[in-house]
Parts: sequence; structure tokens; C-alpha cells
Amino acid sequence: MRISDVVRSVPPSGIRRFFDLANQLPEAISLGVGEPDFVTPWHIREACIHALETGHTSYTTNQGLPELRHEIAKAFCRDYSVDYDPDDEILVTTGVSEGIDLVVRSILNRGDEVIIAEPCYVSYKPTVLFAGGSPVTVATDLKNDFRVTADQIKEKITEKTRAIMINYPNNPTGATMGKKDLEEIADVAIDYDLLIISDEIYDKLTYDGKHISFSSLNGMKENTIVFNGFSKSHAMTGLRIGYALGNSEIIGAMTKIHQYTMLCSPITSQMAAIDALRNGDVEMEKMVREYDRRRHLIISGLNKIGLDCFWGKGAFYVFPSIVGTGMTSGEFAERLLLEKGVAVVPGDVFGDSGAGFLRCSYAASRDDIKEALLRMEEFLASMKRVVQYNVA
Amino acid sequence: MDLALNVLEIIENDPKIDISEIASLTGRSDREIRDCIGELEMDGTIRKYKTVIDWDKVNNGFVYAVIEIKVSLERETGYNVVADRISRFPDVRSVRLISGDHDLSLTVRGKSMKEVAFFVAEKIATLPQVQSTATHFVLKTYKEDGVLLREPEHAHRLSIVP
Repeated sequence: MRISDVVRSVPPSGIRRFFDLANQLPEAISLGVGEPDFVTPWHIREACIHALETGHTSYTTNQGLPELRHEIAKAFCRDYSVDYDPDDEILVTTGVSEGIDLVVRSILNRGDEVIIAEPCYVSYKPTVLFAGGSPVTVATDLKNDFRVTADQIKEKITEKTRAIMINYPNNPTGATMGKKDLEEIADVAIDYDLLIISDEIYDKLTYDGKHISFSSLNGMKENTIVFNGFSKSHAMTGLRIGYALGNSEIIGAMTKIHQYTMLCSPITSQMAAIDALRNGDVEMEKMVREYDRRRHLIISGLNKIGLDCFWGKGAFYVFPSIVGTGMTSGEFAERLLLEKGVAVVPGDVFGDSGAGFLRCSYAASRDDIKEALLRMEEFLASMKRVVQYNVA
Repeated sequence: MDLALNVLEIIENDPKIDISEIASLTGRSDREIRDCIGELEMDGTIRKYKTVIDWDKVNNGFVYAVIEIKVSLERETGYNVVADRISRFPDVRSVRLISGDHDLSLTVRGKSMKEVAFFVAEKIATLPQVQSTATHFVLKTYKEDGVLLREPEHAHRLSIVP
């Protein structure tokens, strides 16, 4: 069978072998997981069970249950003071990943470019490629706490640029953006008539301050598609439920693709999401407070053992530098896994600018974080001994 | 987040935790944490450091009963007087003023059902303010003080997820 040129053009993830290896070692302590270690709060699981018990196993409208869209609009207005019309400005998707696929397919013609701030979640570039577009990356760096700047974006704009894709709080760095940073990017978007694709899945996991949604900036509601969901805030990754908010023209286009491909998101997950929005704040806030404690524990711990790590204020990731060790991210991660039984993700999985870094997730128990830090310290000490021996 | 609230939430779930660990979880110094806890102990916010034990796992464990009581109130004395009298018995583990058919709800602990029953009959039912008692022996405890008395559940996750 002949596989399409587009699919063949996307290189397989170079890290696949490492992932497979790590997933074969379930006894390893893992700081490598991009999902909460909490089980979905019981009241949400109960809502799933109730949905099944009462026979809610059918299709829903393509856009998602009206009740859910209404709750999403209400919560977004409460949090960010931006009104979205549940009738035509909200689409319930099967996770944010589906939503991003829908938006790029809706707006891109062959060869159109999307500017993507890197390091970034692994699906962004392939999604643009699958849609026939061309991803143009902007490298963020430690010097600027992994924030992307308006000037960096401006440099990459061509006549083919259609959109800017950003994700703050960021996976994999834990970086967040201030209001001024975002406003400068908003000005660029308006000047060049570009759409902002803003993946805000980690918005609730913002520490030391409050998240600012891109669409809440002056004049940006029309130019922004906001993506969010329940995976991270309510520990519902496996339920695959998210949503897109945007102007009715683009949401309409996305709905057209969604209705022919996904049809609708699973009704059980939609009903769970309604319950998460109506009754989930207390449990969510409790999880966020615990993530914040672990954030302090892991960042101070990594800095103490000599892996420089900036104080990211969001998501549940930290991004320590391993440049001083002389190893690549991949070598470090593989040796740490095999020699000390600690799984982390090499930073370059998330783009070239992630080289020299590791992504460590603190969606892990405090005991696991403490043990992982001890083992990493031992690992670094053993390397120093080898270096000293070689020098001698 | 307010430091005192943060510290309280941490030690409520783990009273054995070191001061230095609380310091690294909250990004404060050891001294700040020691002072904060000292103040909370002094002003009575922290009453006691407690352990939740599944006594069913211990041979010769305890028998628990929930006792509901109706009381008659005397002029110028409210529920506090009778509640205070009942609270002083060490066998009584908790005393609560409740709404509904009864006035007070107690938890009583004893070595045997007989011991608990006699305690209620002799010490509680005989108090002048007590009109009636209803004793419910606890057959099994599933959750105590927010702690499930069974193996905890864990999220089933792959080791690496991007």
C-alpha cells in the first residue's frame, strides 16, 4: 500500500525508541509523564457512571451538548470576562489536539505558514504538516525564561504566514507570559492580520499570579482561537474532552470538519465535563495547591544538585539545563533511566531549542520527586568521578 | 496562597513531615515555618497531631458506637452544659450538636459491645438532662477523617507521555 506523501514527509519521532524503552520499565520512577498523577475526582467519575446508567450513550449535536457549551461560556466569562455565544462560538472537541487539527485544516491552504514558538508540544508541527501547511518555528530560550517575543515573531512573518501558535503556560518549559508580552504579540497579529492559535490547556495551573487568556486582550477576541479542556485541570486526560472558542466563521469551519470526521465527542465525557464545570472547583484548586508545593520542591531540589532550572510559573513541568554535563539530552535521559531508574523526557523532543534541557514533570508524588532528586544527584556525582578519573 | 493555610493543609495530611520539607514545599525558610506552626499551636488552631488507625487490623481492637441523644434544656443553660459534661468522659471520642430528630451525636469507644452498652446506660442515660438515647454499633468503618480505610488507588499511566 502506498502511504501519502504528506504522511511520509513527517519524520517519525526520533525519540520513539527511548519512549518504548521507558515504557518497558514500569518500576522506574517517572518524571516523564505529561498528565496528572491524580485520578479523576470521584464526583466526575460518578457523573460518568450516572450517564451510562441512565442510557446516555448516543450521539450528541456536532458542536457538543448545549448544556456543556453553556457551562463553558459561563466559566470563561467568569474567569476572563469574555463572552462567547454557546450557539456558534464554541465547539466541543475530543481533546485539544483534535481542536488544533481542526483549526489548521480550516485556515490553511497548501504552503501557508504557521509560526510556532518552540520548544512546544510534540503535535503542533506534524498537525500543520498534515494540513498541508508549513510550520515556521521561533526558538525561545532560557535567557528570556522561554517566553516568545513579538520581535522574534515579526522576523519570521512572510506573505504566507496565516497564524501564530502559542501555548502558555507551556509544555515543556513551565513558562508563562505576562500581559505586556502578550499585548505586544497581539499588536503584531493585528498589524499583519494573523490568527492567534492559543493552547491554554494549562491555564488553571498557574502559580504566582493569574493566567491571562489571549482572547481577553483588547480587540483580540475576533483574532484568537482559544483551546482548552479538562485533561490537566480536572485530571481527565483519558476522557478526551476539550473545546475551542473563537469567532463564528472559524468555529463554523471547524465544525464542518468535525461533523464529518469525529461527529461528536463522546457523550459520557461531555456529561463528565458538565459536572467538572459545575462542581469541580474545590477539587481542582486542591490539586493546583499540591502542584505548587511540588514545584517548589523540585525546582529548589534541581538547583541544589547543580541542574540549573528557572522558576517556571505554570503547567506541571520544569526544564533544567544539563549543558554543563557535556551530554546530549537524549544521552542524559537514557543513561539516567538505565543506570538510576528515573525517567525524564529529553528537551529536544520538543524542538531543537530544547536541546541541552530535560523536561521533568512534577505530576508525581512528593516521595517520587524526592527519590528521583536523590538518584539524579548520585548520577551526577558518578559522572563527575568518571570525568575526574579520565582527567587523572 | 496564605502561608498558614498552606502549612495547615500540608500537616493535616502528614503531621510527621519535617519542618525543612515544609519549607521547601512552600519556598520559605525553616525559621518562618517553625514560627508559623508555633503560632498556630499557641492560638489553638492546631489542637493535636493525630493518627488515623484502622483498628480492625489489630487483634482485640475497639468497638465503636454512634449514640444519638435527646436532651431537655433547663432555664438559663443551653446545650453547652450537657455537652461539656458528656465530653469529659474519655470513652466519648466525639460530641456534636446536630439538627433533626436528636440533639447530640456522640461516638463512644470501648473494648466490647457490653462495655459500651453499660457505659451508655450508666453514665449517659442517667444524666438528668438526657431524655433518651439511641445506640448504633459500628459494624465496619470505610472512611475515617477523610481517609479511606483500604488500599489507595493510583492513576494507571505510561512511564513517558509527551
